[in-house]
This record gives sequence, structure tokens and C-alpha cells, in this order.
Amino acid sequence: MQPSVLPGVLHPRRAPGFVASTLAIARKDMLIELRSRSVILSALAFAVLALTIFFFAWDPTAVAPIDLAPGVLWVIFTFSGLLGLHRSFGVEQPTHAMDALLAAPVSREAIYLGKLIANLGFVILVQAISLPAVALLYNVPVGAYVLPLIGVVLLAAVGLVAVGTLFSAMAVTTRLAELLLPLLALPFFVPVILPAAQATARLMSGRAVSEVAGYIELLAAFDIIFLVVCTLAYPFTLEQ
Amino acid sequence: MSLTLAPGDCLALFGPNGAGKTTLLRLLGGLLRPTSGSAVIEGVPLPGGADVRARVGLVSHQTMLYDALTARENVEFAARMYGVSDVGAAASDVLERLGATSFADVRVRLLSRGMQQRVSVARAIVHSPSVLLADEPFTGLDAAGAAALTGMLAELRDSGATIVIVTHNLDEALALCTTAAIMREGRFVRLDHAPIPARDEYTALYRELSADAA
Repeated sequence: MQPSVLPGVLHPRRAPGFVASTLAIARKDMLIELRSRSVILSALAFAVLALTIFFFAWDPTAVAPIDLAPGVLWVIFTFSGLLGLHRSFGVEQPTHAMDALLAAPVSREAIYLGKLIANLGFVILVQAISLPAVALLYNVPVGAYVLPLIGVVLLAAVGLVAVGTLFSAMAVTTRLAELLLPLLALPFFVPVILPAAQATARLMSGRAVSEVAGYIELLAAFDIIFLVVCTLAYPFTLEQ
Repeated sequence: MSLTLAPGDCLALFGPNGAGKTTLLRLLGGLLRPTSGSAVIEGVPLPGGADVRARVGLVSHQTMLYDALTARENVEFAARMYGVSDVGAAASDVLERLGATSFADVRVRLLSRGMQQRVSVARAIVHSPSVLLADEPFTGLDAAGAAALTGMLAELRDSGATIVIVTHNLDEALALCTTAAIMREGRFVRLDHAPIPARDEYTALYRELSADAA
């Protein structure tokens, strides 16, 4: 029997399951973000500003909207995502809450995946707002290929968040975390952003889905690689 | 240093800043790996795995709480991390025990430092740990809060838990401990088992040994 500070009232413990602890961490991070809204608001503000700047800098007589829209979309996705990824482990910093997580009997991989799920929710939310905004401003009719486009965007989000979450964990304890995270993560974003942007451009041009199947397979392959490698690498970022 | 603590023992660790008290506590909490030597909890060498971590509670001078969550949400999250079966009941019970019910549903950022520390202790003991590691647990507590915490720690000790307290607060720690140690430069320079010298005598010893370090 475990000792209790509550004589006569015991609360039995069992080892927390991997999925349960992963979801509890994701839920906690989402709840914190819903309360503070710091990441969502700053990412959306960035998305609106970037969209506006690109729109007013655009000369429609020189560049067709179909040529510009995919690039604008992926610039917004990439950099607004970075804003949120930095915050991911930043919420643990002020009161050293990470120590409590590491002292708990949850696997390090569950901590990483919990953070990843919360980040994915945030990135998808920003994408869900940015995508229609870009389509509207650049007058790109996305209705005919909206489902494959959403598929491409979601696949890319998984890859970006998998890499970004890992580098957020590595950068957060450094003095120059805000600078270090983009420097570390952006080179690893390239294998995800390139096929995603190419697939987006082709879909927006009205090409058949079969023409972007190769890009989608490439995205899925990078997602699997990044998910596995980053999950396995995360515990090593905690070594002191 | 070499020391064995049994269930129901309470070790108070004193020493000047930089003596290695917090490092020792982090080693025992599995947050650091020893570069030499070994530490064992219930037969398992540290840092150990999830089984060992499930038996340990950790209190720090940092609250380790999430400001945007309420006190109850913080404690319930900790309970989930330790696999407590009835998360809501466990959180309510421990918050009540620590006199934190009145502000249980207030966000932590709105609480005073002393209130936050009570919640931090609740977070650390919600899973009824058999080993409690407390680094400056009296930080920010007023007299009433310190007394409540001392009472709770005594109860935890009497129920069979092993407690290690790092503190500069001799009064509360000496009232609780069954073993007292003064550390300097990573070593015990004095180790006393019960009966511990009286407060005034121990204070003089502590000052003398701390002054040597300075």
C-alpha cells in the first residue's frame, strides 16, 4: 500500500499508458493556448500582414495569380508555423514545468508526441484560415480540387511540425531560441515544402490529381521518416 | 558521501549556495545522471525508469506550474501523468488538505507566490509518493502556509514516506527531520541522525561550517 497524506483515502496508481499520457500533454498544451491565445493571434496576425504585403506588392499584369498564390501560401504556412513551434516548449520554461514532466513516469516519446499533436492542431487552424484567404485574394478557384489540396496541406503540416517540434525542444533552453529555431528548422523544412509547393501549384493550375501523386508520395515518405527519426531523437535533446 | 534512508526517514540538507544540494536532489529525482557513484531508490539504480519515477514526488523552489491553468487543472494534469485512477477526487482531496480549495479554480497566474507554492506541493504529492524530494519547499510561504506544509510533510513522513528536504530554513526542517546533513563542495561535512542537536546548537554549527566555506 502506498503511503498517503490523506489517511484512509488512497488513490490507486497505475502506470500511465503511452496514448493516455500523450493525449493528456496535447490537451494541456491546447488548453493553455486556448486560454492565452498568444500563438494563434500572433500567427494569424502574421498571416494577414504577409498576405496583405504580398497582395499590394503584386503586379497582376506581370505575374499571373496562379503563379504567385502557391508561393504566398507556403511562405505563410512556414513562417506562421515557426511562431507557434517556438512557443511549444517555451510554455514549460518560466516555472521549469519541464522538470515536473521529466520526473513523471511518462516516456520521453510521449512528451514529444503530445507536443507534436498540439502543434499540429495549431498549424492546421492557421492553414484553415490562410488557405481560403489566399484563394479569395488571388481569385484562385480551389473548389474543384479542394480535397487533394487539403490532403497535401495536411501531409506537409505533419512533416513541418515533426521537425519543428524537435528543434523547438533543442532551441528552447538557449539564449537565442527565437533566432536558433528558424536557423535549425528551415533547412529541414525544404524536403517538405518543395513537393508541397509543387503539388499545390499544379493542383491550382487545374492539373489532374494523378500528376501530383508522386509529390504526395514523397510528402508521405518524408512524414514517416521525420516522425520516426524525430520521435527517437527527442530523448537525446534532454540529456544533461 | 554515503547515506541510506529508510521509509519514514526525513533528511534535511543544509549548506551554503553552490554546495551541491540541488544537484543531489536532481540526481535523486532522475533529472541528472551521476558522473560517478550511484544512487538507488527501492533497489533500483537511478536514473531508473518509469517505475522509479512513479514513486517519487518533486517540489522545487520553481513552482513547475502552468500559469494559464487553474490550480485544480495543474494538479489534475500531474495526477494524469502519474496514472492516478480518480484524477478529480485525488486533486480535490490534496488541494483541500493543503488549504487550497478556496482558490482551486483560480488561474495560477492570479495567485500569490505562497498560494502557488501550496499548489506546487499538491502537484507533487497528488500521487502519494513514497519518496518526496523538496527543494526549498518553504519558499514564498507565510507563517500559516509554512506551518501547514510542515504538518503535511510530517504526516507524509509518519505514513512511511521518505523525505529529502533542501532548505536554508532550519526551524521547519529541524522540526521534521530524522537525519540532518550539512553539505559543502559536494560532500557531507556533518551528518547527524536522531536525536539531532538542539536548534541553537545546530544553528551555531551550521554557521560555523558555512562560514568555513565562505
